Amino acid sequence: MPTLTMNGITVEVERGTTLLEAAQFLGLPIPTLCHEDGLAPYGGCRLCVVEVVNGAKKSLQSSCTYPALDGLQVFTHSARVEKARRLLVELYVATCPQSKRIQDLASAMGVRQVRYDAKHEHCIQCGLCVRMCEQQMMAGAIGFSGRGLHREVTRPFDTTSDTCRQCGACLYICPVCELRCAGPDAESTLCNGCLNISTACFQTYDNAMCSLDPCHACEIDGPFRADVRVKLQPQIEFPVLAKK
Amino acid sequence: MPNHGAYPLRSLEDLQAVAELGRQRISPAQPKIMIGMATCGQAAGATEVLEAVREVVAQDKLPYVVSETGCIGWCSQEPLLDICIPGRPRVTYGRVTPARARQIIRALPEPKPQWALATMPGDENTLTGYYTSYLAGEDTPLRGVKSYRDLPLFKRQLRIVMRNCGLIDPASFEEYIARGGYTALWQALRTQTPQQVVDGVTKSGIRGRGGAGFPTGRKWQTVREAPGSPKYVICNADEGDPGAYMDRGVLEGDPHSVLEGMTIGAYAMGASEGIIYVREEYPLAVARMKDAIRQSEVAGLLGANIFGSGFGFTVRVVTGAGAFVCGEETALIRSIEGKVGEPQQRPPYPAVRGLNGKPTCINNVETWANVPVIIARGGEWFASIGTPGSKGTKVFSLVGNIENTALIEVPMGTTLAEIVYEIGGGIPGNRECKAIQTGGPSGGCIPASKFNLPVDYDSLTAAGSIMGSGGMIVMDDHTCMVDIAKYFLGFLEDESCGKCFSCREGTQRLKEIVQRISEGHGVDEDLVLLEELSWMVREVSLCGLGQTAANPVLSTLRYFREEYLEHIHHQRCPAKVCRQLITFAIDPVTCNGCGACVQVCSGKAILGEKNKLHTIEQAHCTKCGACMDICKFDAVTVN
Amino acid sequence: MPQSELGQIEPLLQEFDNTRANLIPILQQIQATCSYLPQEALRRVARKLQVPLSDVYQVATFYRCFSLKPRGKHLVQVCLGTACHVRGGQKVLERTQVETGVDAAGTSADMQFTVEAVRCLGCCGLAPVMRVDKTTFAHVEQTKVRGLLTRYRPRKPATSEAEKTPAVPAESTLVHGGDHA
Repeated sequence: MPTLTMNGITVEVERGTTLLEAAQFLGLPIPTLCHEDGLAPYGGCRLCVVEVVNGAKKSLQSSCTYPALDGLQVFTHSARVEKARRLLVELYVATCPQSKRIQDLASAMGVRQVRYDAKHEHCIQCGLCVRMCEQQMMAGAIGFSGRGLHREVTRPFDTTSDTCRQCGACLYICPVCELRCAGPDAESTLCNGCLNISTACFQTYDNAMCSLDPCHACEIDGPFRADVRVKLQPQIEFPVLAKK
Repeated sequence: MPNHGAYPLRSLEDLQAVAELGRQRISPAQPKIMIGMATCGQAAGATEVLEAVREVVAQDKLPYVVSETGCIGWCSQEPLLDICIPGRPRVTYGRVTPARARQIIRALPEPKPQWALATMPGDENTLTGYYTSYLAGEDTPLRGVKSYRDLPLFKRQLRIVMRNCGLIDPASFEEYIARGGYTALWQALRTQTPQQVVDGVTKSGIRGRGGAGFPTGRKWQTVREAPGSPKYVICNADEGDPGAYMDRGVLEGDPHSVLEGMTIGAYAMGASEGIIYVREEYPLAVARMKDAIRQSEVAGLLGANIFGSGFGFTVRVVTGAGAFVCGEETALIRSIEGKVGEPQQRPPYPAVRGLNGKPTCINNVETWANVPVIIARGGEWFASIGTPGSKGTKVFSLVGNIENTALIEVPMGTTLAEIVYEIGGGIPGNRECKAIQTGGPSGGCIPASKFNLPVDYDSLTAAGSIMGSGGMIVMDDHTCMVDIAKYFLGFLEDESCGKCFSCREGTQRLKEIVQRISEGHGVDEDLVLLEELSWMVREVSLCGLGQTAANPVLSTLRYFREEYLEHIHHQRCPAKVCRQLITFAIDPVTCNGCGACVQVCSGKAILGEKNKLHTIEQAHCTKCGACMDICKFDAVTVN
Repeated sequence: MPQSELGQIEPLLQEFDNTRANLIPILQQIQATCSYLPQEALRRVARKLQVPLSDVYQVATFYRCFSLKPRGKHLVQVCLGTACHVRGGQKVLERTQVETGVDAAGTSADMQFTVEAVRCLGCCGLAPVMRVDKTTFAHVEQTKVRGLLTRYRPRKPATSEAEKTPAVPAESTLVHGGDHA
């Protein structure tokens, strides 16, 4: 059985285990947007990259597809990994700023600026829906078309599919179709406070029946929140962030 | 192919018999006329020349042999015609038109030295040294015509991969054997164990010629030891790098060298099936290769029990469907399996789990073509050529703004300066050389100030570029580096498979930023963003395409930062390429009102009657530059 | 899809085994026969190979040599390889698009031409290069495009149209050799 070290911890895993599974076994949190148990690993979102030291070679590899090989040294949160993930999430926010899941990731990772023009895409092509349809629903009704910048998730010929049973599994699994809170300042690309756990929404809207999960964005203080009019509640514990 | 009664070939003697036939074809008793009929030759008009020659020979009932040959690599002089008269040097004529060809043929045996480009020793064709050096052989000069050995373009070249290109008829199996072909296969199969073959290749130190430079011997050893059956060998001829066409040159000019190399490799690794994956843009290469396979099958050099050794091997050609990313080995395998060419996670490497989940060895055309020579002359001989880290020779396509556009093969370690200024003959039109782009979209631009760099895998990587497949595009001072970066990003955003978010979105965003700069809307911060984003795309992406996608940006930023700053700070394009930053004007003094520009203007923006001064209406000008191209009096200026 | 096309495709499909690896060769054959991939043909291929239609569709849209729309009579491929780019390939492409009057999808209304950019035809020594159907043309400058395309246009009796589009100077119709700028 392969034995490897993750963040200095030695772990023995079964042959065929991926690095992501090994990390999850150790309780190491690795963010991902395209991985779901029960679906074949894909490696498209690149968020789950970890630093892999294999002999003399040090490289970033997507942990969901990289096999846990004997003698590997893996770092799940090294400076290189964190920097790469942060730049990646910045790109995700710019592509799909309306997604709550992505905004949450950005907040949790301390992404403080978005230097690109917002695109408001509806899809990040994580391929979850395609795999869900094919591997769990056995329908294969949707798939990718095109390549590069023309790649998209479609039904063949953009017409009603013969094999689609309208089960809705694709919608269920989509990580980005859950909209972010439309609170004040929702216009900006980077969410500057989905304000559902403070009173801001209630100050602005009498009937703000907000039922979203608390956003990480609201739990963080810092210079980039200068425009937030609401003082955060003092009892909230702030997650530790690398201050640069 | 006529059956000479000797098929299937079983012994060295059988080979010798075929070689004798080949020698008679290469140097027949009658005068022979050869025409370079590779795709580039045909594009330059060789088909018409060949027709004209055949016509004249038939009409005048001349006792001449007319033969096709591959590309000798002298692209700027295409179409090429060669006359070989027994006992005399071979004479090459360049830029031949059908009319000129008729004149040359009718004047024979008078060689018309005034039209000749160069002469080559007559016996060069039949030498079997497994390489071609134009310095070898006795030459009988033709008055006023240089010999190949004195031409800067050829004299430094050492041709191992291209040993037969332009010297033999690629459609002739016999001519290949006459040049020593298939003896290495006999040697490997009948005198060496598979492990000895692998050891020979390891000893040669050859590294993969497809771009990444992985040691070939090590790859072969892995495949040889990997459990699983059947095993496959694949020839990667999906030459997608724009500006590189050496693989096409070899496939069209000497297809059997690749087949022989693959068969030797298959024997060494225990593979039973071979696939040649050729891109669909090379129809002639596909045809030549299929022909070569058929010939080898007839001769018993493919199929069961080759040379009576008990070893069997078959090869088939698979045509690509048009995707740059399929040059990546895992994507190539997916494409052969009938899927989209999305690269896969390595490990497992194809050497362990490749095509159909079986051990697969993928090597580039050039690598395979080197193999017979390594076996025939020994690994030590091969290792004596080149530099400590990079052995042997490398074929480069020298194109762009250069005097001699050519396919050249030089020992590793030759400097860029030697390649550009000596072999390539410098930049035409007294312009300044600015940079050389190597390695295709994954490579980078190396500035003229770094031309003392020896060309090998490690030096190029250290300079921020890569060896790649060997395309070298020379750029003069009329090339804008921001535009070049934008060009490659446009290429990559289209050719990325699109699976990795970082590569798909990253290349688009990089292009967005560079585009902004090229339009004069950039800010200083954009350069920081470019660098950070480039870093991320390189680190995070899965395959070679993504990991190197930012190289064109990073290398131009590294060496030509002022040019970016010029666009940003002064909204000026020093090379006068970026359309948003230039304006065309007509010089009132030089313009004589000929009207050529008025007719050619794509935006109908040029006003003025015949014989009167023309003016450009800026609002309608599309900045295509056609007026400047057509003006014979240099009256159109750009600023 | 016209019956005639269907008639051509059926025997073509018979020639291949029902293995996934044959998907791309089959599509290439259909493309060569019909000059595009008709929708019904893709459905039949999917049924034959027992592959989801979405997979076939993905392959058909991923590779550049396939087209889901009928192509014009002549396929004009303008090379945009690096060597062609630095020698003005982009301008040649734009000029070709203007001269043939193709739409955004690349096909002219009269179905005479389909223009597409290709990434390197491997004739970089002769840049800029353009391929029409099976003929490759060397040293194509933007000012030569019109003359070069003339031979591929449908023959028409001389009309005022010919006068309106003045001929490019004689040497620009030269395709081969000559001008090696």
